Amino acid sequence: MIPEALALSAVLFTIGAIGVLTRRNAILIFMCVELMLNAVNLTFVALSKLYGVTGQVFVVFVMTVAAAEAAVGLAIIIAIFRHGQTVNLKNINLLKG
Amino acid sequence: MLLQEAAGAAHPLSGTLAEWIWLVPALPFLGFVVNGLLSLVPATHLGPADPSAAGHEHGQAGHEDRGAHDDHHHVTRHRNAGIVSLVGPAVLGLAFALTAAIFIGMLGAHAEAPFVRTLFPWIVTGDLTLNAALQVDQLSIVMTMVVTGVGFLIHVFSVGYMQDDPGYPRYFAYLNLFVFFMLVLVLGASYPVMFVGWEGVGLCSYLLIGFWFTDKANADAGKKAFVMNRIGDFGFLVAMFLLFANLGTLDFAAVSGRAAELGEGGAVITAIGLFFFLGCAGKSAQIPLYTWLPDAMAGPTPVSALIHAATMVTAGVYLVARSAAIFSLTPVASLTVALVGAITALFAATIGLKQWDIKKVLAYSTVSQLGYMFIGVGVGAYSAGVFHLVTHAFFKALLFLGSGSVIFAMHRAFHHTGSHADAQDMRNMGGLRRFMPWTFGLMWIATLAIAGIPPLSGFFSKDEILASVFARTSHSTLAEASWAGIPGSALLMLIYVLGLAAALLTAVYMTRMMLYTFHGPNRSGDAERSHLAEAPWIMTIPLAVLGVLSATGGLINLPAFLGAPAQKLHHWLEPVTGAASMHITHGEEAHLALGTEMALIALAVAIAVAGMAYAYARLKPAALVPKDQSPAAHGIERVLEHKYYVDEIYDRTIVRPVVALSRRVLWRGMDTGLIDGLFVNGSAYFMRSLGWMGARLQSGQVGTYAWVLVIGVLAVLGAFSLS
Amino acid sequence: MAAFLAGIHYNAWILPVLLLIPTIGAVLVWAHGAVAGQGEAASMTARRLTLATFVLEFVLSIGLWWSLDQQSADWQAVFDAPWIEAWGTRFALGVDGLSVMMVLLTTFLMPLAILGGWTSVKAKVHAYHALMLLLTTGMLGVFVAKDLFLFYVMWEVMLIPMYFIIGIWGGERRIYASLKFFIYTMAASLLMLVAIVYLGIMAGEPLGRPTFDYDAILALNLPPAATFWLFGAFFLAFAVKVPMFPFHTWLPDAHVEAPTAGSVILAGILLKLGTYGFLRIALPFFPGVAMYPAVRTAIIALAVIGVVYGSLVALVQPDIKKLVAYSSVAHLGFVMLGIFALTVESVQGALMVMIGHGLSTGALFLLVGIIYERTHTRLIDAYGGIAKVVPLFATILTVVALSSIGLPGTNGFVAEFLVMIGSFRTYPMMTFVSATGVILAAAYMLWALQRMIYNKLDKPQNAALRDLNWRELGLLVPILAGILWMGVYPQPVLNRMEASARKLVTDVTRNAERQQASMMMGGR
Repeated sequence: MIPEALALSAVLFTIGAIGVLTRRNAILIFMCVELMLNAVNLTFVALSKLYGVTGQVFVVFVMTVAAAEAAVGLAIIIAIFRHGQTVNLKNINLLKG
Repeated sequence: MLLQEAAGAAHPLSGTLAEWIWLVPALPFLGFVVNGLLSLVPATHLGPADPSAAGHEHGQAGHEDRGAHDDHHHVTRHRNAGIVSLVGPAVLGLAFALTAAIFIGMLGAHAEAPFVRTLFPWIVTGDLTLNAALQVDQLSIVMTMVVTGVGFLIHVFSVGYMQDDPGYPRYFAYLNLFVFFMLVLVLGASYPVMFVGWEGVGLCSYLLIGFWFTDKANADAGKKAFVMNRIGDFGFLVAMFLLFANLGTLDFAAVSGRAAELGEGGAVITAIGLFFFLGCAGKSAQIPLYTWLPDAMAGPTPVSALIHAATMVTAGVYLVARSAAIFSLTPVASLTVALVGAITALFAATIGLKQWDIKKVLAYSTVSQLGYMFIGVGVGAYSAGVFHLVTHAFFKALLFLGSGSVIFAMHRAFHHTGSHADAQDMRNMGGLRRFMPWTFGLMWIATLAIAGIPPLSGFFSKDEILASVFARTSHSTLAEASWAGIPGSALLMLIYVLGLAAALLTAVYMTRMMLYTFHGPNRSGDAERSHLAEAPWIMTIPLAVLGVLSATGGLINLPAFLGAPAQKLHHWLEPVTGAASMHITHGEEAHLALGTEMALIALAVAIAVAGMAYAYARLKPAALVPKDQSPAAHGIERVLEHKYYVDEIYDRTIVRPVVALSRRVLWRGMDTGLIDGLFVNGSAYFMRSLGWMGARLQSGQVGTYAWVLVIGVLAVLGAFSLS
Repeated sequence: MAAFLAGIHYNAWILPVLLLIPTIGAVLVWAHGAVAGQGEAASMTARRLTLATFVLEFVLSIGLWWSLDQQSADWQAVFDAPWIEAWGTRFALGVDGLSVMMVLLTTFLMPLAILGGWTSVKAKVHAYHALMLLLTTGMLGVFVAKDLFLFYVMWEVMLIPMYFIIGIWGGERRIYASLKFFIYTMAASLLMLVAIVYLGIMAGEPLGRPTFDYDAILALNLPPAATFWLFGAFFLAFAVKVPMFPFHTWLPDAHVEAPTAGSVILAGILLKLGTYGFLRIALPFFPGVAMYPAVRTAIIALAVIGVVYGSLVALVQPDIKKLVAYSSVAHLGFVMLGIFALTVESVQGALMVMIGHGLSTGALFLLVGIIYERTHTRLIDAYGGIAKVVPLFATILTVVALSSIGLPGTNGFVAEFLVMIGSFRTYPMMTFVSATGVILAAAYMLWALQRMIYNKLDKPQNAALRDLNWRELGLLVPILAGILWMGVYPQPVLNRMEASARKLVTDVTRNAERQQASMMMGGR
């Protein structure tokens, strides 16, 4: 059971990572990040069978943080959209040194 | 300290009036406080109300002295002048009375050791024990009498001289403060306490030279005096450090008693002597630090009389006499003192020959006479040096006050007519004997005294010094020592000759000054002539008293061959300087054969008379023209008139290079250039440029960052799995 | 007096109270500003509140003059409370002869500094005064810290308010000056933090947890190789603060740009923290290194260079504040000479210079601030002849300048004389050179004095200058009194520092020999 869950988690994580790296749309990247988080959550749950309940506690934490992150992140994206009429990351380089 | 107190308990002066010695300096200090507070009340301007226009323009000539009146011919008298006139001189009078009483008490006491009155612990830490303590002994009481006595007369004179000055209370405050510090100087029981007075008188000198500070020349002169004095003070300090490092004490009594521990003729004691003498050269205007004294004539004339003739400038002589125990053990330092004194005496006298400013003549005369005193104390004739110090205080104070009286009259005359001519230039004077007979007569007494005509005071003191030099050319530690390879006896002979030459020139330039000032036709101008008159009585009475003292001052130390009452001062000072003096002459009084002594006296008098006769014969006051019509001097006369260009040489070789070095090399080059520019700001620029390079890596593309991140993670994971 | 103080257990509570009062004051002033706003009336309340706090602080601190045992060289008035237990840091306070006069100097100067900026600080008055109060906590904290970690914290606490005081209320180039000041001193003190942490861990080894207690670290037997690095770290932190040549260039900029009170505190107290650090930490902790002939001679040489160099550069400064700043470099050079010459007289002299320089330079900056407020220029050449229109100002400036150049009868003489006469016994040639500073000091100070207040009154804009008012007179007179008192009768002050100075000299001399002997062994 555990190996399968870990494999699924790895697949999900890789899809998320590739999405983050290749996409240009901020919303899509955001969703991919969520996907990666959930992949990690799946690992936690699976391994909690071996190492005790701590993993499940962490999942709750991660979900809480993800929810907060979604709220803040989406707000930022909306603000950026209002600012530049686009959510394409190519056009957003405010952090350029 | 306990030891001293124990000795004090048994001292013949303890319990007498000498216990109150602290009151002597305290009285002038009280005067300073009172007058100082009164001076804070602004002057009542009887002239224009605008402070920038009123009051203090001191004539067009930069060095003109009398300056109490403004261009609008208003008299500004301070509203507190009355009480100041009372307090200023009165504190000095009381101090003199107390000193005289203590002196009378000492006459019968036969105190062999100094009486030390400890007031409070001043700096006591580690191995250093310094008390605020005053010392009464034969030397300090003589000095105190001169300071308070002559000081009192000069204070009285000042009441008349300065009465119309808006800074009148400030003037007396400074003058009182000066006397306070001078008394601390002569009464202090240790070198540091003396040093307090030493620097304090320098401060007052600074303040009084620059009394009319709105004139840049005056402020410059004050600053120059202070800084040059500080060079001397540096020597004084180093000498004290050497003493403390080697003896562990700085009290006079202890140093005198233990000076021999330093080793006779050794490097340390010689260094101490030479550094002390550097201090003396600064304070007493000897080569190479003499140039401040002529400039110091920028101050009010009574100040020149008190500080720059009678008291402060003689402090160096006092210091050598006070340190007799040290100097007597180091022939090299002693010979240096005498030699520098002799050279200065002659050098300054040559400059005095060609000065036109009456006060400048007297200033160089003072430098020259101070050189004489150093000849005396340098050859170990400490009592002779102090003797000349005392008589010089009388006749030079008289000369300065007399010149002040002349300048007062000249200035008043010029003032009445609105003339801006120089009131101090002798070319503008002439024939003043008809207008100021008292001043004329009294100044002639002083002139004869300084020239060394018997039986006036200067004759005895100058003769005593010259005879002492001559007597020590054989059979003394000085004669047997060698100075830079020159045998001491030859050097002493040279010093004797230099002294005689200086005496000749003294007679010449003093006669010149008197001739140009008082004799011949008057050159002040027709309108001005009618306003020339004798100064008020409050100024002439001190002159008269000083005249009597100048004439009879020799009585305190008549030559030995005159019999029993002779050499009173010499014997009086014996407990202080006798042993040191005797050490130099191998334990016996320096005696010349009667015939030799008579021959020397005849020679000295002949030289003085010759000098006066020469001046009288060659100089024609009638041929002089007022200053503004005078042709420029040529050749050697021009060099003398410009004082050998020493000021210019110092300026070019020392002052300007130091300033240029500080500004260009140290400040601009080193400080703002190298340290701050290259290292401090340089490192900041370096860091900033590193940051700029780092900033180039920030593209702002989140995608790029993500790639870098993932590759980094993979690399780390790869590294882990490999290891 | 002593009995009364003992009766109220003065020694038990005074030090924490002294640290607490300005902190509370700062909070109150800040809170008042938040509530009452920036109006003129509110600003005046802030000034009054601050002044009252400082006066209270001073009055309370005076008791230290009587309450301490003059014969003892140990920590007194000790207060010790737990702080961060896990790190072994404690809130431990104490004073001895080295610090008591510094504490009194601080509490004495602070109300005067506030009065000095009474009318010149007009913007953000509450913030300014709150920072001033906080700064005081920091400075006093350094002087009374008995725990090295606390020492470091206080060291940095005082840095931040000063940074803002220069940066917000300063002159034209305030940003540059404040950044330079902050980064320079901060960078140097970070090394000190590393050294302190190392010492704390080493000293805590027997206990199993770190300890930063002063006495514990003092008793530590350090490996000789480490002492060199540790001394170097402390040296850098303190030398920058002093400032020693060639680490001095932040000082002229900071002084010139700082507001009056900032300059007064900077010169009067902050610089002394550096020399205090040498006396308190660098010398007693690492006597072997500090007294190592090459190190000691090099430091003394830097000190003497500082004296001569500072004086020469001061000679040619066109800006009066810069002149005073460079003269501070020279004066602090004397302090360093006195400390490293290490005789009882020279150390006492160094302490006296620290006090005396605080008074006279503090007064000089106050005077410059007073005249600057009227004319808005610090250039010496913009003045001239003003003694005639502002006689009181001129008189006081003259007295203070004379004290600064060490005229007998003022504190300056006693201090420099002690330094030099003490140092001459161990370093005669160096002292000889430094004594030329006496001449140069007279030259630069009197020259500046002449160009400012003497000569002809030739600038029309100066003809209507106002002389000192009662507030200005009132804040200068106490300093003048101190200057004269310490020149005429310094013995009570010397007595209070004697035991500690003596202990420092004997301990460092003895331990230096021991450590150097063990270094030699280690070397083989």
